[in-house]
Amino acid sequence: MLDDALHHPRGKDGRAPDVFRAGAWVPMRAYPNDEEVDFAVVGTGAGGGTLACRLAEQGFKVVAFDAGAWWRPLEEFASDETHQAKLFWTDERICDGDNPLQLGTNNSGKAVGGGTVHFAMVSLRFRPEWFRSRSLLGYGADWPLDWREMWRYYEQVENALKIAGPISYPWGPPRPRYPYRAHELNAAALVLARGAEAMGIRWTETPLATLSAPRGLAHPCVYRGFCVSGCATNAKQSALVTWIPRALQAGAEVRDLAMVGRVATNAAGRVNGVEYLREGRWQFQRAKNVVVAGYAIETPRLLLMSATSQYPDGLANSSGLVGKNLMAQSNQAVYGTLDEEIRWYKGPPSLAITEHWNYTDTGKDFFGGYAYMSQGPLPEVWAAAQTKRGLWGEALAGEMQKYNHQAGLKIVGEMLPQERNRVTLADEKDQYGLPVARVTYSWCDNDRRLIAHSLDFMEQALAAAGARDIWRETDDTCHLNGTARMGDDPATSVVNADCRSWDIPNLWICDGSVFPTVGGVNPSLTIQAIACRTAERIALLAARGEL
Amino acid sequence: MTHARNTRYPGYDVLNKRGTPSWDDATRAVIDERLATPREPQFFNAVQWLAVVHLCRCIVPQADAEPVVPLAALLDAKLTKNAGDGYRDARLPPTRDAWLIGLAAVDAESRSQFDLPFSSLERPRQHALLEQMQRGDMHHDAWQGMPSKLFFTKRLLHDICSAYYSHPHSWSEIGFGGPANPRGYVRMYFDRRDPWEAAEADPGVEDKARKENRRAR
Repeated sequence: MLDDALHHPRGKDGRAPDVFRAGAWVPMRAYPNDEEVDFAVVGTGAGGGTLACRLAEQGFKVVAFDAGAWWRPLEEFASDETHQAKLFWTDERICDGDNPLQLGTNNSGKAVGGGTVHFAMVSLRFRPEWFRSRSLLGYGADWPLDWREMWRYYEQVENALKIAGPISYPWGPPRPRYPYRAHELNAAALVLARGAEAMGIRWTETPLATLSAPRGLAHPCVYRGFCVSGCATNAKQSALVTWIPRALQAGAEVRDLAMVGRVATNAAGRVNGVEYLREGRWQFQRAKNVVVAGYAIETPRLLLMSATSQYPDGLANSSGLVGKNLMAQSNQAVYGTLDEEIRWYKGPPSLAITEHWNYTDTGKDFFGGYAYMSQGPLPEVWAAAQTKRGLWGEALAGEMQKYNHQAGLKIVGEMLPQERNRVTLADEKDQYGLPVARVTYSWCDNDRRLIAHSLDFMEQALAAAGARDIWRETDDTCHLNGTARMGDDPATSVVNADCRSWDIPNLWICDGSVFPTVGGVNPSLTIQAIACRTAERIALLAARGEL
Repeated sequence: MTHARNTRYPGYDVLNKRGTPSWDDATRAVIDERLATPREPQFFNAVQWLAVVHLCRCIVPQADAEPVVPLAALLDAKLTKNAGDGYRDARLPPTRDAWLIGLAAVDAESRSQFDLPFSSLERPRQHALLEQMQRGDMHHDAWQGMPSKLFFTKRLLHDICSAYYSHPHSWSEIGFGGPANPRGYVRMYFDRRDPWEAAEADPGVEDKARKENRRAR
């Protein structure tokens, strides 16, 4: 039911779904498999969707592939947590290590638009020093990018998504005011504000990629609260309703339900196209360049699966780093009960934020930083948090009865890159006949210290805001980055600052995989900013004849 | 059990909003299908079904209160569909296998300690066994090497509780607004609610809330 998109590809025969009009279609350019297009882009999320759009707008011939479905949000997104699991990447993945990750919901999307279709819309810039965290802050690795250049691309993305945020942002160097006004705060956000003020730290309205004023055919957010289950009104500025429609207009083709299983290479060692499974048969699209943008698990998986006798360890892997340095972000929380009714199911889940511990370097016994935000879990997610702490029976029922009086503070915390945290190929095969990813993850001492610091601080803040019966959610993570890091040195990185493979000059990687470090903010804005930069760099290189 | 479910929101029923601007067609279709979940098992056999029904009663005792949430049936439907979670702890087999092994192991543990299958035990003994499983203190061969503690947390609690809290009656129980498209919400501040949200009863004046909740639509 409501799952036709999972079974029948929609981007074909010269047309694609019009996500803004029920039942309508928009024209889409169609390239034959044997036409050598300029770019085959694998993945259409924050990285691939953005890059496909910007490349097409600069005149390149682009075909983008996504393993997921092309949804019509206005007609097919129910207000229901269970049903909307259709947006998640729920194919099997095996998780091990000392702290096995939980995947599928808050970190893996499978749809045209990728994870942005169900992300929480939190749109934050990196702290400038993080781009040189090794040199300036003494940990992790330096990025090959300059923050001042990134500041320009952040602004470009914030405008493209009409981010709703505060007039002046309390942390970091000046940035322009956000394009759309900040959203009204719900009670859960006001609890964060109370606590921050009691602790003497600053807080602000979270910059969010959901409309606070009309835009085109989309009306402002109605505060229905099902954001991480997919937005049924198009207020959420996902890639599905922003970059993808723009990409089509600029002449790109997007193929949904198209699982790329191999990036092909020729005798010269250059890539020459992609093998993909669509409508029951493996096909081959020729391309002058291939961009891998499958996020931090699927990207290394595809590079490893594409191994040849010339590249026995997988593509772009002369450094041996493909799949390594996987970084989740810590996502611990404190929750408590307030006398007032909070009803945190209303509005976007994270309307208020403090980045205090991202921008303060004193009073820490760890490297890195964290932001924390107000919370609004719906019943299934909230029950999962309770069962993870071992509650069941009457204890669970009693705790769930307090639902409308709960408030919580949750971090997005920096975890350090470690080579032992990695993606490899398992022997087991998935429904496409491809080896499933094995994801190995263990926290390091620094990760544990950051988490402990955040929980202590947030517990004080939540108590100061008037909460009682406070408890700690100690083992959650979110977001996935690393596994194909960018850098200045081919020996210690997979791609250069332009997201271009050191080993194979017509192979590019453009998603969260390229992050050398993750910082303490949600990664989507940075991924999109990097994609915008990469597109401009590619155009420049093409103009110079250096592609 | 035939008593009404304990709630701070007497008379509130999310389903009363089915025909209001809080529900769209997609949501109506999805919830209608869930409410029509077949009551007879398709995935579990008769022996497994007995154990599942009793496990569900222990984990979510209020599911049997009125109006009943057919929890075991929801779980059976989930396993029939075999939709994955998107990850698997390497120490666990795939979801269906984990359930089949786990159910056999629960009965094996129960028989070896009490000479009875799990479903024939008194509730306190059932609880004691579950607590033992939660501690990871079960090592019968029937577990086939699967850690009982992980099965308890990642399958038993996770699958049963997510099924329960996917049912509209559980939303009414905890005062959740439920589906909310296209109307959404207007009043966001402390102690404020829209007329279509649940009214919480103050002790002693439940009737006032009950009256307001009849209009919550």
